Amino acid sequence: MENYSVFDIIGPRMTGPSSSHTAGAVRLGYIARLIIGGKIESVTFTLYGSFAETGRGHGTDKALIAGILGFSPDDQRIRSAYKFARDEGMSVDFVYSDEPADHPNTVRIEAVDVNGRRTEVVGRSVGGGNILITEINGLPVEVTGDYPTIIIQHHDEPGVISDVARVLSQLGVNIANMKVFRRSRGDSNAFMCIETDERVTPEMKGILMRLCPAVHELMII
Amino acid sequence: MNYDFNTGVELIKLCDEEGIGISEAMIRREVQIGESTREQIIAEMTRDLKVMRESVKKGLTEKVQSVSRLTGGEAMTLYRYADFGPLSGSETCHAAAAAMAVVEVNAAMGRIVAAPTAGASGILPAVLLETGHARGWDDDKLVEGLFCAGAIGMLFAKNATISGAEGGCQAETGVAAAMAAAALVELSGGEPLQCLDAASIAIKNIEGLVCDPVAGLVECPCIKRNAMGAANALLAADMALCGITSLIPFDEVVTSMYSVGREIRPEYRETAKGGLAATPTGKLIAAGIKRMNGRED
Repeated sequence: MENYSVFDIIGPRMTGPSSSHTAGAVRLGYIARLIIGGKIESVTFTLYGSFAETGRGHGTDKALIAGILGFSPDDQRIRSAYKFARDEGMSVDFVYSDEPADHPNTVRIEAVDVNGRRTEVVGRSVGGGNILITEINGLPVEVTGDYPTIIIQHHDEPGVISDVARVLSQLGVNIANMKVFRRSRGDSNAFMCIETDERVTPEMKGILMRLCPAVHELMII
Repeated sequence: MNYDFNTGVELIKLCDEEGIGISEAMIRREVQIGESTREQIIAEMTRDLKVMRESVKKGLTEKVQSVSRLTGGEAMTLYRYADFGPLSGSETCHAAAAAMAVVEVNAAMGRIVAAPTAGASGILPAVLLETGHARGWDDDKLVEGLFCAGAIGMLFAKNATISGAEGGCQAETGVAAAMAAAALVELSGGEPLQCLDAASIAIKNIEGLVCDPVAGLVECPCIKRNAMGAANALLAADMALCGITSLIPFDEVVTSMYSVGREIRPEYRETAKGGLAATPTGKLIAAGIKRMNGRED
């Protein structure tokens, strides 16, 4: 039996109309913004399933833009998100797909930053404003955004996971949840998705990259 | 002292042993399970009350229109009409209009407080604020009412569901009416058991109600069902306050609502594939909404 807080029942304070199609969409855009990192020049959102069917009526488009602009789900500016995107010089495009998706409320976010770097994020809104990022640049991941998260790309070899865990512990960062993925044994592009209690700082990233040579990329979300 | 409770029976026992109301039990539980102080928890709920009041006011004073352009403005019409001898009584009619106002604001991408969901967000603020206005209840008292309502909603969340996708509209506007009814009883001086009776009476009234939103939007029939939910809550509270009890105890009502919810076919659980959504007009509206895709406004 879940241990509810009174504020799970009364709340959240949110911009309507739908916790899954609006509030969840804001969060998907917001987490994508953290993953992309740099200033965004253009972004294309491809909507699938119920997002594609009813998203326009739920303001899912505005919610996604608002999130990628860094707004929170109760921001009153969500309604005017298109205008704020124009003011920031960010071009936005929407594709409403008829293709089937694994989950009814799925979006693919393809962004190009001002340096021409491309990032592709796939996520879903799983209900009650909660989300799950399922893919980053083609890599299958599981990011909920409920905790500070780091994603590490590394060479698949014995000892990498314990190295990373050891360095994190020395930096005083406690691992809350961790998942590892690889396509095959010895994969040069294996990766781990680590949710932590403390936030990993850019300085910590530098230390971890130096002390774990098998790690070739670390993304802080 | 352990302030956690999982059933209505446990809640009543806790209230009796401590000589407290449901709202106080819920506040003490929240302090115990979380990391916040009593003052912080009450301050947070007061912020919810403020947003609730703003959403009612917005829907009753501004010309709101939903993103789909299907709804908006009817709450204002009903609220004005309520001053001219409505059949349902002006207090009930005002509360129903206020409930519609919040959900119209929600559909227009305004800010609301989910209670327990966005689609049922009108009922609780409407009956508390309108009744509170008529009876001179201050904000501290209204916040107590929200804690009492939260306790009832939590019992449904724990032992049944508060999701339309899982249990139909009874789980959303039904639970909201039950929460509101219980809060009204406590604020009117009723005993904890009377609060549960009011909640039981309210939910029994709409047991089995399906979730069949036209075009999948939180508008039709949601907005008007919030109006009816407010009236449901007020009358259920009156019945409990005059001493009418629920023949079936609260915990059993919750369980039966859940088992009925699970029997509701998926077409009638928020998928917009059955009921009103599947009518010829409903389908026509859905096709129109889909054509809006790609247009900015």
